[in-house]
Amino acid sequence: MVHTFRYTHNGKPLYFLWDIESGSLLNVDYVAFLCAKNKYAIDLTPDELSDYNALDDAIKSEVCGEIDELEQEGVLNAKPQITAFNKSYKYLKAMCLHICHDCNMRCEYCFAHDGTYDTARDYMSLEVGKKAIDLLLKECGIKKNLEVDFFGGEPLLNLDVVKGIVEYAKAEAEKVGKRFSFTMTTNCLLLNDDNIAWLNEEMDNVVLSIDGRKCVHDAVRKSPTGNPNYDVVLKNAIAFRKVRGDKKYYVRGTFTAKNLDFCKDILDLNDKGFDQISIEPVVLPEDHPLVIKEEHLKAIMDEYDNLAEHYIERRKGEKWFNFFHYMIDLDHGPCVNKRLTGCGAGTEYVAVSPLGDIYPCHQFVGEEEYLLGNVYDGISNDQMRARFAKNTVLAKEHCTDCPAKYYCGGGCAANAKNFAGKIEGQFEQACILTRKRLENSLAIAYLERN
Amino acid sequence: MKHIEIITKKSLTKNHEIGCGECQASCQSACKTSCTVGNQACAKEEKINKTVKNED
Repeated sequence: MVHTFRYTHNGKPLYFLWDIESGSLLNVDYVAFLCAKNKYAIDLTPDELSDYNALDDAIKSEVCGEIDELEQEGVLNAKPQITAFNKSYKYLKAMCLHICHDCNMRCEYCFAHDGTYDTARDYMSLEVGKKAIDLLLKECGIKKNLEVDFFGGEPLLNLDVVKGIVEYAKAEAEKVGKRFSFTMTTNCLLLNDDNIAWLNEEMDNVVLSIDGRKCVHDAVRKSPTGNPNYDVVLKNAIAFRKVRGDKKYYVRGTFTAKNLDFCKDILDLNDKGFDQISIEPVVLPEDHPLVIKEEHLKAIMDEYDNLAEHYIERRKGEKWFNFFHYMIDLDHGPCVNKRLTGCGAGTEYVAVSPLGDIYPCHQFVGEEEYLLGNVYDGISNDQMRARFAKNTVLAKEHCTDCPAKYYCGGGCAANAKNFAGKIEGQFEQACILTRKRLENSLAIAYLERN
Repeated sequence: MKHIEIITKKSLTKNHEIGCGECQASCQSACKTSCTVGNQACAKEEKINKTVKNED
């Protein structure tokens, strides 16, 4: 399958062919773009059809000769390399520990419902945390690099337990030749000099939640009393950034229907000194006032284009930054296992509630239907794990012809469950936006190579 | 070729080994709600965050 797309840079169109199965990226002229669309039965716009029909036969023949040559090399219209894949669910690699189901913010779009996940405002005990670590070490098989993400609610509300878990995990891992990498996602409100120093030392990655401009952030990320907190969050995030140096971190925000001009938020974060930035589209029920609807998608895709142009320009100079969804490694990237199975939820990646119950990922916590087991007795729901293991890119009909299928890994199972009623389903809005981000990241990769 | 420039050739077929499974779980990175894997790096060759900036 060949995907064609155009990207406009500095007002000039660039044309690309993207071979889905081989991962070949070709920059072509307009004539080849038209010929490829015609050859691969991709709908031409009325203007393109008119232009194609006006082409001289000799030119068409010349272009088709080049395309045929590339097909013979396996660069274009390549056959699928892998047609079957059995994901193992025998081993655990990563855990998201819900350190507490309490939060010192009340964000209007919170998928965790103010941090509670519709459960009590429980805090994880050190005992539960240690049991989780024991289970991960017991179930990791030959995997050497293990991951623990401290999540909430707000994990800094239960920092002493986090510290205890880290100390325990490192000691236990050393005994058996494993290594943990730790991540924390925090809303920054409780950051101070002491815990910043500790997080900087112990966390392999820290995700700092902030939504961009003050007006955007304060409109949706509020304290329990409804007060704004942007100034404190920004001050603390900047303090962390200054200490962090070159170690891994992200500022991570959410955009909603109220800030479809989210490029301004990304640039604002960059202006404040952050160079690792992720801004995600909000995922909400259809009746929520902040939900992104179909009518917003055109504006969002235009904004991704706008962002891409600023991104290319800023990366040439002092304001260089990474945008999470424009990062792509055309020459290496993840292996087949990752490309076909995505995040690994329910198989190698699970979430643990404050009381020790185990779910396929953080977005399933509290949903009894998806309960996999608990940290005391282990994982017993192999039927559910097997269902997640089968839910690969190859098993999803809607992924078959998608140009982004090896780059999204089949999408988010939780979103599919929420919007299509089953984890095997499709959340089409995410697919549309993922394809757009892939096209832009490919065009950016091309432009930065030139 | 006159009309076509190859930017990258058969990048996926280079990586069609099943893999060691040591790369980071994508939800541990920065999204938590819209995970993708194309921006993940191989654990053996992690470079996305580091190189481009340093090479400039």
